[in-house]
Amino acid sequence: MASKVYKDAKSALEGVARDGMMVMCGGFGLCGIPERLIDALRESGVKNLTCVSNNAGVDGAGLGLLLATRQIKKMISSYVGENKIFAQQYLAGELELEFNPQGTMSERIRAGGAGIPAFFTPTGVGTIIADGKEVRDFDGRQYVMERGLFADVALVRAWKGDSAGNLVYRKAARNFNPMMATAAKITIAEVEELVPLGSIDPDHVHTPAIFVKRIICGAPYEKKIEQRTTRKAA
Amino acid sequence: MPWNRDQMAARAARELKDGYYVNLGIGIPTLVSNYVPEDVDITLQSENGMLGVGPFPLDNEVDADIINAGKQTVTEIKGTSYFSSADSFGMVRGGHIDLSILGAMEVAENGDLANWMIPGKMVKGMGGAMDLVAGVKRVIVVMEHVSKDGSSKLLPKCTLPLTGQRVVDMVITELGVFEIDKKGTGGVKVIELAEGVTLDEVRQKTAAKIVG
Repeated sequence: MASKVYKDAKSALEGVARDGMMVMCGGFGLCGIPERLIDALRESGVKNLTCVSNNAGVDGAGLGLLLATRQIKKMISSYVGENKIFAQQYLAGELELEFNPQGTMSERIRAGGAGIPAFFTPTGVGTIIADGKEVRDFDGRQYVMERGLFADVALVRAWKGDSAGNLVYRKAARNFNPMMATAAKITIAEVEELVPLGSIDPDHVHTPAIFVKRIICGAPYEKKIEQRTTRKAA
Repeated sequence: MPWNRDQMAARAARELKDGYYVNLGIGIPTLVSNYVPEDVDITLQSENGMLGVGPFPLDNEVDADIINAGKQTVTEIKGTSYFSSADSFGMVRGGHIDLSILGAMEVAENGDLANWMIPGKMVKGMGGAMDLVAGVKRVIVVMEHVSKDGSSKLLPKCTLPLTGQRVVDMVITELGVFEIDKKGTGGVKVIELAEGVTLDEVRQKTAAKIVG
């Protein structure tokens, strides 16, 4: 079997990054984002991307980097409040935006990866989110139909990974990464630590190897914090 | 005297019951965790994928991978668990969370809630708010009673795009505590007034129908 391990993010994107592709990007805010792969996507220069990501990064980090270079045509997100470039491009009509409720978005991705083309959810009934969508009554309550999402490429970030592609996430950096890993033709994982095959307890694998086609080690990392909040010692 | 932000949060905290799993929104709702009664044990859920959210870390405890849904650094407690966003919203939509406390721009007398967009302004997005109000067992809104121009935020009908239909159970403002008849014909029932606030003042500042 050909090795899934690539030497860096740039080589992992070779033959994968294309103009106009739909790319899923893991992370919540700047927590658990595939930062090396985003850098490499920026370097690759591919354009007209549709990005599925809960947020759009901040100015100078995360997907903010791809917004600055105008490589993104459309964002599918739940919350984009944190960057100026985003607002500028959106208000100028240069960027398309599709808001999804966060739970609807995560379920669309989960469904897409699990071979489920659509599902019904109570979220958004009676709001503009339900406009133009089928609404159906189940047991006396209304639900709106949402579609599964499946992308060309998913870029995910994990804590540990092995050469087979098994992944373990760390703390709240898990967020959207596990579903996204399942919901694309090609999933590329970047990990903080590439560990020897067999060293992850099989019971502790979060994403089984089958979902991951390529893997890189992106260390060393200097993790960014959006809101550093602390308390004083009592 | 109308309540200040902390008094509103403290009043909301009195709605907590022992054993509750609770999701707190950003702003005044976050303050609620400072006023949990001593004999009440609750577990905070953060929709980015954490159950059992502790206080902010000490300076030397900060971990970039331990954040809440407001992207603030927080800490673990004994019994904390992490899970994916899909599992997190499974908890939310599946009705496993007892209470959600959140802010609002408008609440209607039938329980409709608007708290995510103002047409014509840059919209940041609804985040997890639509899922929370659609799925959590009980929804309490903590907000100012009137907007900056003095108009009532408790209305016969919301004017802004909705976050959810017939979802709000209770509203706590600086003037008092109000129960919303979200299942029946609609109406705002005054449960409690802040000390020194009169029913006349509430009537004057409330556009929604006051009942009972």
